[in-house]
This record gives sequence, C-alpha cells and structure tokens, in this order.
Amino acid sequence: MRFAFTDDQLAFRDAVRELLDRDCPPSVVRQAWTSPSGRALDVWAHLTEMGVLAALAPEAAGGLGLTLVDLVLVLEETGYVALPDPIVEHAAVAVPLLASLGEPIGAGTVTAGWEPDARAVWADTADLLALGDDRRWRVVATGDLRLEPRTSVDGARRLFAFDPRSADGPALVDEQAFDRGVVGFAAQLVGLTRRMLDLTVGYVTERRQFGVPVGSFQAVKHHLADARLALEFARPLVYRAAWSLAEGDPDASVHASMAKLQASSAAHRTGRAALQCHGAIGYSFEYDLHLFLKRAWALAASWGDARWHGARVRRAIL
Amino acid sequence: MDLTFTPEEEAFRAECRSWLEANVPHGLPSGDTRDGFAAHLEWERSLFEARWAVVSWPEAYGGRDASPMEWLIFEEEYYRAGGPQRVTQNGIFLLAPTVFEFGTPAQRDRILPRMAAAEDLWCQGWSEPNAGSDLAGIQSRAERDESARGWRLSGQKTWTTRGAFCTHLFGLFRSDPAAERHRGLTYFLVPLDAPGVTVRGFGRLDGDEGFAEVFLDEVFVPDDAVLGAVHEGWGVAMATTSAERGLTLRSPGRFLAGAGRLVDLWRARSGDAGPDLADSVVQDWIDAEAYRWQTFWTVTRMTVGENVGAESSLTKVFWSELDVRIHEHALALLGPDGELTGDEASWMKGYEFALSGPIYAGTNEIQRNVIAERVLGLPRR
Repeated sequence: MRFAFTDDQLAFRDAVRELLDRDCPPSVVRQAWTSPSGRALDVWAHLTEMGVLAALAPEAAGGLGLTLVDLVLVLEETGYVALPDPIVEHAAVAVPLLASLGEPIGAGTVTAGWEPDARAVWADTADLLALGDDRRWRVVATGDLRLEPRTSVDGARRLFAFDPRSADGPALVDEQAFDRGVVGFAAQLVGLTRRMLDLTVGYVTERRQFGVPVGSFQAVKHHLADARLALEFARPLVYRAAWSLAEGDPDASVHASMAKLQASSAAHRTGRAALQCHGAIGYSFEYDLHLFLKRAWALAASWGDARWHGARVRRAIL
Repeated sequence: MDLTFTPEEEAFRAECRSWLEANVPHGLPSGDTRDGFAAHLEWERSLFEARWAVVSWPEAYGGRDASPMEWLIFEEEYYRAGGPQRVTQNGIFLLAPTVFEFGTPAQRDRILPRMAAAEDLWCQGWSEPNAGSDLAGIQSRAERDESARGWRLSGQKTWTTRGAFCTHLFGLFRSDPAAERHRGLTYFLVPLDAPGVTVRGFGRLDGDEGFAEVFLDEVFVPDDAVLGAVHEGWGVAMATTSAERGLTLRSPGRFLAGAGRLVDLWRARSGDAGPDLADSVVQDWIDAEAYRWQTFWTVTRMTVGENVGAESSLTKVFWSELDVRIHEHALALLGPDGELTGDEASWMKGYEFALSGPIYAGTNEIQRNVIAERVLGLPRR
C-alpha cells in the first residue's frame, strides 16, 4: 500500500498549474461568459502542445500512454481555475474512445455527453461529440447533430441539448468511459472546493470589522473548518477511484460514484460557507466567487447527480 | 501509487485474522465497571501472551515491529472480528508513544514491558475541575523536595477514565508557580498506591463507574517519575494529544466495523424505512471508507517523513461525529427497540459512548479552532 503520487506525476501537475495560474485567471473565465467561442482557446492550445489533452492515448497513437492516475491531479487544477474548456470530456472521456476506434487524435476538440443528460458543453466549437451511457458509446460529428443552445447557471459553460437518437457514428463498448468522466468531474469539484476555500481564507484574513479580521471570529472559523474537513475526506476517495479505473478494479464504478458524491458534497458545503463568510461582497457579480460556485453547482448536477450516484452505491452495498 | 497490499501485508492480515477469529471473546461485561474491567484484563493478557497487544512496538518490549500500515491492518481485523474495547488503551496508545519519544532508556525498560503485559494499568491525569479544554489552566502543583531528590504533588484531577481500576497515572503538574500558562509545567508518572493519593470513582452518563477523581496530597515521587524535562511538560503533553486525536486512538477499523454492522442492521430491519434513512446508511458507509483512505494517504506521507501535526484535529472531528451518526441511524432503524439496552453490544450503549467522542480529547469546538488557525492559517484573535 503506497497511496501517494510519484514525483513525475507531481511535476506534470505543477507544469499545468503554472500554465493555468498564468493564463487562466478569473478574468479569462469571465470573458468566456460573453466571448464568441465561450472558451479559453489559448489555454487549450497550450494544453494540446504539452500533451495533456492526449495523455491517455497510447504513444503509438500520438498520446503519452498515461493513465487517469497521472491525469487526475491535472484535472483537479483545471477545476481550481474553472477552466472554460471541455477538458474532462475530451481528455478523460473521449481520447481513449478514439484511440480504441483507431481514430486519429487530432488538434481539435471533442466534447462528450452522457445520454441521460442529453446535453454537451461547448459543442459548437467541438468537431466531435462522444455520447453514450454507462456502456455503449459512439463518436459523431457535431455537424451532423441538431444542437439547441441551453442556458447554464454557469455562463462559462456553453451548453447544448441534442437528441441522442439523431446521432450516428462508429459504436463501441467502453464500460469505463462514463466513470472516467465521473472521476474527472469529481477531481474538478475538489479543485473548485480548494479554490473557494482559498478565496475565503484570504478574504476573512483581510476584511476587518469591529476592529479585527472577521476570520478571528469563531463562527467564521467553524464554517471554514467544516469546509476544510469536507475537502480532507473527499480528496482521497477521488484519487482512489482514479487508481481503481486505471487498474481495472471490478468495483471501480462504485468507487467513482463515491468519489463524485463526496466531492460534490464538499464543493456544496464549501460553497455555502464561502458565500456566507464573504458577506455581501461574495453575493455581487463583480466578485469572482460566483464563477467557482456556479461551476460547482453545474458539475455536481451533471454526469449523475447525488441521487443517481447514491442509488448506484446503495445497490452495491445494501 | 499502489493501492494493493503487499504479500507481506496480506500474510500479516491472514495471521491476525485467524488468531483473532479463534480467540476473540464475545459478551464481556463493560470494561468501565469493576468486574468488567477484571474480565477485560484477562483478554488483554492473552493478547500480550500471543504478542498481539502492542503490534507496532519493538519486539524487545513485546511487540512485532509492525509498520504503521500493518498496525492499521491489525486494527481492521481486530474490530472486524468483534474484538472488545481496549481497557489498556490510555497507556498503550497515549502514554507509550510519549515514553518512546521522551523517556530515558531506564524509564522505557521500567514502564513499557509492564504496560504491554497489562500489569501496570495507566490512566490520564490531565483535566481538573477548572481546566478542561483550557488545559494550560491547570492548578495541581509539584513542589521540589531537594533533600529527598524528588517532588511532592498536590491537587485534584478529574474525568480520569477508569481511574478507579488503574494502578498508575500520567499527568501534568505546575512545577514553577511563577511561570504562566504553558510554561512551568512538568509531566509526571505517578503510582496510585503512593501515600497521599485518594481515588474516587463516579458514574458516566451510562451509569458505569468509568470516571474517577484523583486527589493528591503532598504525594512524593522521585526524580525519575518526570517524563521529559522539568518545566517542559507542555511540549511532552502535546505529543500525547496528537496521538489521542489522531489515528492511534481511534483507527478506521473501528468505524469500518461500525458501518458494516449498520449495513447488516439495515438488511435485517429496514422494513418500511424511507429512502432518507437508506441515504444516511450509505453516507455513513462512504464516510467510513473516506476515513480509511484518508488514513492510508496520511500514513504514506508519514512513512516518507512528512509531519502531519495539527491535521490530527481534522481526523478527531471526523471520526467522533461519524461515530455519533452511525449510532443515530442504527437507533432510527430500531425504532421503538432503540431504547432497549442492558447489553454491551446494544446500539444504545454504543450511542451513549459515541456521544463522548465530540467532547473528550479536546472538544470538537476546540478542534475546529485548531483546524482554522493551524491548518488554514486564520488569525488567532
């Protein structure tokens, strides 16, 4: 039993963290609410160059031959900055599908949709859409689909509904594709939790009322301690689920559901604490907190919400 | 990352499991009563004879030199087999790590083998009537007796778990009356049969005589009763609290077993229980798993030499509140049968004990302050 990342995995994470820190500040997320592409295309280009997007494809297919254990920390960082790009859909869900279909992994974007949601993000700038349920998947050209815009609470998530029955394309069975997405979003939720906690710790340390920093009040401390607790007991389940998928553990689906449940709940609790501890400033549109809060709401609700994943775990244990 | 157990760890688990399955006693009376304590000592001594009492200690002191991971495996198997409460825990899990860290070789040899064999039984003498969460406010004092080469201890300790049944006490005393708060305290090891000691047991919430008050009236102890340096007791004590709040006292195995029993109860009793209760049972089970994996994560970091320090406060809040939830959900499943007790294995008895978790070892309110200040870095004042 050795539950830790390797130096290489941490270095990969750090390289992406540095890029995102530089090129994906909140102003970029905010721009995506209104820009023509609704995305951070410069960041996407850098991630392509770094090999991050094709990391899970075999080296022979132009990838890095890595596993979800190598990628999970990177995805967490993309959550931390609320990256407005479909990186979980592309890198975690679609790339292994394309590789097993023998399709080329190009420079474009592949988005993905879970059929019960019947929605996909940034489908207008994606070339391909991978869609499926927990077993059967197809990859189709987005041009062949009728995409209907939908408005997400998170304006930096450009959302489209589609009719899964209208899509045609090469099909295959991949029992892990959905769960790779689930774990990828769980990792982003962990990143969002960390971000909202950091933002709030910074704010309550600076903000003074009654002559002292508001972070010195026990009521504020206890809200944030609870958020830190939720983070502490979510993160290991996410990393463990990534490992289970990478190793083909027979219970990997249950582990993925546990990871998403725990990460969604941590993000939800932390979001509430963050909003409350900021007071009125956090409720304003100009302040950045809502960018992360709304992303957390959207990710918790899609790719299986708490009820769906709870039922899956329940079937396994009760 | 490798989340499988090594062949050696698997072999260790198999050895634990087969011995425990063959030897764990069932139906012992509460170890927090005088008769029950005696019954538990028999079990503790058989654990020692088979070298399972202190698996993580060096072989020279009766252990197996088990790695932290092996120790966690032992704990999982112990609670999986339905092993009884460890009435020796305050010595083995709280004092012993401190003796290994701060004790002289002579102190280790004198204290540890008899502790492991359940011959000397240690209780904790920290809290006082006016010093609970605010431990640095203790008033019991140690006065130097230069001619006798020792100290005279006076004062009152309270909430001392199983104090009426133990033979020795470890505790903090104010050795420098001029020093304030955290300074001028010394950590003493006191035999409870020393002249001047009076111990009075009293009942806990559940009625068992699990608490004691310990009165000390100029009790003489020699110089070698001091653990660590004179006046430096606070630092020594903090090593003990970190063990108490962290994983050595309440490892995941205990809660994995509790969540497992809750799942069994669900299967037997769910009847027309609503979906809310099902969600609660599932969440408790997930939380027990979360504690397990958080512990493997932490132990891996400790193995490579990282210091986890104040993060033990996270652990203490989590397991103590999880324990309460597991019992509350079990009682909800039991419905009108929930009030039935009189048996050590009853959920109500367990609930009464679980309710002490958020209070002892530093209340969870204090732990949340520690998390906020030392883990998150919020301002103290």
